[in-house]
Amino acid sequence: MKILVPVKRVVDYNVKVRVKADGTGVDIANVKMSMNPFDEIAVEEAVRLREAGIATEVVAVSCGVTACQETLRAAMAIGADRGILVETDVELQPLAVAKLLKALCDKEQPTVVIGGKQAIDDDSNQTGQMLAALMGWPQATFASKVTLGDGVATVMREIDGGLETLEIKLPAVVTTDLRLNEPRYATLPNIMKAKKKPLDTVKPADLGVDIAPRLATLKVAEPPKRSAGVRVADVAQLVDKLKNEAKVI
Amino acid sequence: MRESMEFDVLIVGGGPAGLAAAIRLKQLAAEKGSDISVCLIEKAAEIGAHILSGAVMDPRALNELIPDWKEQGAPVTTAVTEDRVIFLNETRGRKVPTGLLPDCFLNHGNYIVRLGNVAKWLGEQAEALGVEVYPGFAGAEILFDETGAVKGVATGDMGVTREGEQGPAYQPGMELHAKYTLFAEGCRGHLGKQLEAQFNLRNGVDPQTYGIGLKELWEVPAERHEPGVVVHTTGWPLPSDTYGGGFVYHLEDKLVAIGYVVGLNYTNPHLSPFEEFQRYKTHPEIRKYLEGGKRLAYGARAIAAGGLQSQPKLVFPGGALIGDDAGFLNAARIKGSHAAIKSGMLAAEAAFGAVAAERQRDELAAFPEAFRSSWLYEELHKTRNFKPYMKKGLWMGSLLFGIDQKVLKGKAPWTLHNSADHDKLKLASECPKIDYPKPDGVLTFDRLSSVFLSNTNHEEDQPCHLQLKDTSVPIAVNLAKYDAPEQRYCPAGVYEIARDESGSNPRLQINAQNCVHCKTCDIKDPTQNINWVVPQGGEGPIYQGM
Amino acid sequence: MAILVLAEHDNQTIKAATLNTVAAAAKLSGEIHVLVAGANCAAAASEAAKIAGVAKVRVSDAAHYESHTAENVAALVVALVANEVAGYSHILAPSTANGKNVAPRVAALLDVAQISDVTGIESADTFVRPIYAGNAMATVKSSDAVKVLTVRTTAFEAAAMLANEGGAASIEPLAAGLDLGLTTLKGRELTKSARPELGAAKIIVSGGRGLGSGENYHKLLEPLADALGAALGASRAAVDAGYVPNDYQVGQTGKIVAPQLYIAVGISGAIQHLAGMKDSKVIVAINKDPEAPIFQVADYGLVGDLFEVAPELTSALA
Repeated sequence: MKILVPVKRVVDYNVKVRVKADGTGVDIANVKMSMNPFDEIAVEEAVRLREAGIATEVVAVSCGVTACQETLRAAMAIGADRGILVETDVELQPLAVAKLLKALCDKEQPTVVIGGKQAIDDDSNQTGQMLAALMGWPQATFASKVTLGDGVATVMREIDGGLETLEIKLPAVVTTDLRLNEPRYATLPNIMKAKKKPLDTVKPADLGVDIAPRLATLKVAEPPKRSAGVRVADVAQLVDKLKNEAKVI
Repeated sequence: MRESMEFDVLIVGGGPAGLAAAIRLKQLAAEKGSDISVCLIEKAAEIGAHILSGAVMDPRALNELIPDWKEQGAPVTTAVTEDRVIFLNETRGRKVPTGLLPDCFLNHGNYIVRLGNVAKWLGEQAEALGVEVYPGFAGAEILFDETGAVKGVATGDMGVTREGEQGPAYQPGMELHAKYTLFAEGCRGHLGKQLEAQFNLRNGVDPQTYGIGLKELWEVPAERHEPGVVVHTTGWPLPSDTYGGGFVYHLEDKLVAIGYVVGLNYTNPHLSPFEEFQRYKTHPEIRKYLEGGKRLAYGARAIAAGGLQSQPKLVFPGGALIGDDAGFLNAARIKGSHAAIKSGMLAAEAAFGAVAAERQRDELAAFPEAFRSSWLYEELHKTRNFKPYMKKGLWMGSLLFGIDQKVLKGKAPWTLHNSADHDKLKLASECPKIDYPKPDGVLTFDRLSSVFLSNTNHEEDQPCHLQLKDTSVPIAVNLAKYDAPEQRYCPAGVYEIARDESGSNPRLQINAQNCVHCKTCDIKDPTQNINWVVPQGGEGPIYQGM
Repeated sequence: MAILVLAEHDNQTIKAATLNTVAAAAKLSGEIHVLVAGANCAAAASEAAKIAGVAKVRVSDAAHYESHTAENVAALVVALVANEVAGYSHILAPSTANGKNVAPRVAALLDVAQISDVTGIESADTFVRPIYAGNAMATVKSSDAVKVLTVRTTAFEAAAMLANEGGAASIEPLAAGLDLGLTTLKGRELTKSARPELGAAKIIVSGGRGLGSGENYHKLLEPLADALGAALGASRAAVDAGYVPNDYQVGQTGKIVAPQLYIAVGISGAIQHLAGMKDSKVIVAINKDPEAPIFQVADYGLVGDLFEVAPELTSALA
């Protein structure tokens, strides 16, 4: 059983982004980039399934600029067996990525695609669902537990107010939520080994996919700052305000 | 069980010194048609992320290392156009006429850089030459062979719990063995400190003396931006018996680096370098550069300022100290990156010669010899008396150093001496309290909102990397005698005295997650009770071109 | 052209998120249709018809819509879009776990982009949405024929429910599609704990170092949280001081929360903490230090001794 894991290169989780003064976007020049944390969870899950003898191969895929190679190496340091870079300088939106991944799924024929539920840069939360739609496969988003069986997967997923368990036919797309697992640290020996694992590069044109963006970003601005509200004199006034003005209790 | 791997040369630390050494080793191998395996580890999550410097760079060493650095796209682009040295009093500043300035204060031909970006670029050069560069891994432990020589380092274990147990994510560190190990951890390296003790490297030299440098990066309105202008100030807000000064460097892209250095031999335990820096920015001569701008980044780092007479012995069996790990900074010139690069190159040349001669784990005597006959030695020798003069106070020190440099050209027949910083504090009861103004959130800020901009982060569930040798000392000594100075000298709010609701039962709260790896606590703690060790690799600040 | 809103419901009642989504739809021009896909969902459909501004409710009642699985619902929506004579210019779903599950699937089947977490509608094709965990707001313009949006419910005031019997909107049945049979719901386990989970809570009571001890934290804040049905949170300072475990932590290194109401008790408001809760709809701060930074972001600030104020507030709410 082959598992395909899409991984995205994003601004590191610990870095505070800054909106550019000219409003064209956020400043990511010289900013530390890392693998999207939800994708790291996806790689970990896939590698665990291979280590448990359920999967036989874990293929990491990244779409984007040349430097996404580093993200693939990071995935291979966690334990992915090989990497595929779909290399382009064009801004990729979720629909385009889903189409690229569909082309790779047609070629690689994975049984499961495990990806992060969303990337922490654009916060779209779309690519997995879109890929499932394009493939005509079932989807199990926001997974907090994944069990692969014969032709089916059982996935516990996080929904508003609790959990639900789905049984989905394979092949399928699963997207990960935070509680699925705690990714391992990439060790130095494994980072060294990852440098020697195979990494193929293809271009969107090789896959016959139109990746033109459908959305134009007109402006990126800082969120409105909260300003100080009012001081209340006592508890009675506070309760009154919360009930009758803010209407939150 | 730790895995291990062998290299010809191992370098601990990916700053200018370590990277220059790595690059030089590979260059020499290419020149000689031989091969040499070089591994470099760096505790930051990426190369450059723990670099914090002014910085004005003298390109002399870079010219030697990578003569075509301009063509290779080095982020060294803003040539210095003007030097302004200003003595500040509370309300105004007096500019020192350029003709009166000693040569070491002149920066014609130098560049204003974001040193973190330079390091990142050097890292790319090193990787392109075949150096194995591994950011995210800290040298946690020195390894010795059976003869007592250094045989390498081990990287830290990951996933150890706060209590010191192996957690579910536990991964052991890795042993990196080498014929020679170059330590390039920067000022007050925690392994360098152990090496100095192990091999008595400080015998016969003065104690090292330090400063803490705090820095912010600002984006300013175009009309306030003067690219290439270098401003150095002295005087206000520090009292004249305390060594320190500020800088404002106008970089490219409307960016201004502003910083403040306070000598860690200050005596008043109520002094707060962070707050001095914040109020420094309110001076009319400084404020004028920042108004209408926005603070983008913050950080702090200790620097070694003792000069030649405080430099430890550079070599020991199996390796060498390079860069600021050995105190190569030139405090009088307010720069050290050129010295770091040069020292790395010289050590690399010595190590390469030794490896080529099939030697290993002996003393690289050729390194200190080559240093002694280098321009770097001459430069550091000339300004060696700067810091000791400054102990005489700002005005007398400036006068004496001025005479030393302008009249005697640094060739005075005397060498003045340094003494240790940690025992300089006077009792809190004997010193005036300092009333610092409240931050306004526009020009001046509090510690935590500053630390926020350093992007620092540490896994919470790990042993505290700020170790107390004796847990009673913070209250029994530091609080009782010095009003717990760590609350104020720490630029990241790591140390707090917490009390219970009635205001009694004080205890020291260590917020290790805030640490920006400046090492000030390791230096200034009055009884040397705080031992800074590396946390998990890849943690700490993530500076973006600081 | 009409606008289609995917209703969030449990077959019996319409969930509040639907009302916010209809309100967002009302900012566009066009007749608003609400799709209620479910099993035995007539009650939910008639409730949907009472939402102010809704012109038509389309009901597709079939066993295989019972659990609202994305595969079957998305196929139904795509068929509806293809067959609707007026044509749909926009499809809106709330940014709930369910909406986020279905909307991208619909968009991909229509070969259009999806726009997530919309907080502002500038025009028929231009929308504002948060990126980088709300640290930046992007204004995006769609070039697609159909715009598929998920809507951040806290950004839009809920549409009203009309009081008149039967409602203003017509209810039209919609033929169910085939059961694709790709997915089977095996079970749902809704959190029963009296205290909601921090990340999903509508109200959060959060405590800081001002409480002085773990004992005080529990003694003062648990009754208050119980009175409000709130989750409990804490500042990093309180976690560091050992009052509560790490998973209580709200802030940059802990959880990022955006409840309807956030009550900060004895929290000074370090920037790391503010980064984790500044998107809350209403912030209340209780602190004895009038200069505490938390007051700069609080909608309602009460300067006072929390040891008196917290119990008083608890009894006022009980």
